[in-house]
Amino acid sequence: PVAQVRRPRPLGPYDTKEAVTPYRSVTTYNNFYEFGLDKGDPARNAGSLRTRPWTVTIDGEVKAPRTVDLDTLQSWFPLEDRVYRMRCVEGWSMVIPWMGFPLAALIRRADPTGAARYVKFTALHDPEQMPGQRRPVLDWPYVEGLRLDEALHPLAFMAVGIEGRVLPNQNGAPLRLVVPWKYGFKSIKSVVRITLTREMPRTTWALAAPSEYGFYANVNPQVPHPRWSQATERRIGEGGRRPTLLFNGYTQVADLYRGLDLRRNF
Amino acid sequence: MRRPGRSAPLSWLVPAVWTGGALPAVILVWDALTGALGANPVQRATLQSGLLTLALLLLSLACTPLRLLTGWTWPARIRRALGLLAFGYGTLHFLIYLYDHGFTLGVMQEDVLERPFVTAGFLALLLLLPLALTSTPASVRRLGFRTWTRLHRLAYAAAALGALHYFWGVKQDRTAPLVWAAVLLGLLLLRWYRPSRPMS
Repeated sequence: PVAQVRRPRPLGPYDTKEAVTPYRSVTTYNNFYEFGLDKGDPARNAGSLRTRPWTVTIDGEVKAPRTVDLDTLQSWFPLEDRVYRMRCVEGWSMVIPWMGFPLAALIRRADPTGAARYVKFTALHDPEQMPGQRRPVLDWPYVEGLRLDEALHPLAFMAVGIEGRVLPNQNGAPLRLVVPWKYGFKSIKSVVRITLTREMPRTTWALAAPSEYGFYANVNPQVPHPRWSQATERRIGEGGRRPTLLFNGYTQVADLYRGLDLRRNF
Repeated sequence: MRRPGRSAPLSWLVPAVWTGGALPAVILVWDALTGALGANPVQRATLQSGLLTLALLLLSLACTPLRLLTGWTWPARIRRALGLLAFGYGTLHFLIYLYDHGFTLGVMQEDVLERPFVTAGFLALLLLLPLALTSTPASVRRLGFRTWTRLHRLAYAAAALGALHYFWGVKQDRTAPLVWAAVLLGLLLLRWYRPSRPMS
């Protein structure tokens, strides 16, 4: 048998050089309430999710709304690797080597009308496959959203894999959003619908606890959560805490928020 | 029913409570050393020590209602151990929190002053401190039974603050904190409805 040698690929312009979080931690420590509230629940319970066949509906303010099979959708774009920091609103963070394609490519392909100003993402709603949805912990299905210009930023990403492997169910298979400059809950998992809208979408956590979770949810060490400071974070696998950086260190997005009061629009 | 030739009845009871009560701490340390606390061991240890504090505090508060309802006297004998164990786990919980923030007192000060969730937990532990310090029979004699009893009613306030701390601490599903709060309320009601019985 030939030993498999994984040659380190050259880092791309969007990749962090920081040490990648152990795969085991990335796949056993998850917030995915559709499969339970404990961090270990998604890894235990997400086996019931059927990720093929899987269709994604692209509708709203687009010239030709359609529903497309995921494998077809994936074939439209070359897959890329992105090593991103992920900062959870709870005060911990990871470094995850995603595989997928830029959200901007998908949006352009969807061909929005001139009226489109926001992108709304909807996750699967099926209590049969997602046992956590049998309890009204959140207003199911999970909904997230971005402003259109945020969605078109080259950092915004749709992931279908981690570390060259197909996305594990507990990490949001088969298709999830990754917005590395925002708190993790913005990066909606198991997406079935992408809707271009005129109005700001009403997103799940902003509805559940409006004083704690806003629409923007940009990582910001200056704006504390009502129950804890956001100034520092615990990097999973590391001792101690490290300072949290504005926009999770992705300062290239700052232009998107010129003139916006980040304290009020948290 | 004391049989001759035997030592005090249930003489094993208090040591058993201490042993059983210390066991979760031993398991917690063991799990921490062997990496069994998962990807975020500090968060896990914080949660577990907090839950143990609340559980032991409620058990200590259950002793008197249990004695009044059943007439058994043994609950009164384990109340002190349960209360001190609760204080011990509360202290451990606090130390883990301080460790999590690198023992930077500035962070603690900001948390205690600005975040009601932390304020409640901090006050709960603070209220337990004088109770732990006056837990000995000698303290009962020194303070006088009446004063001592009134002082130790602070345990209810500490438990209520602890339950509130837990309620404010969870992100979305508040079922578990509400169950704890309901148990506490039940214990309080049991005390209020049986005031005529002589105390201790």
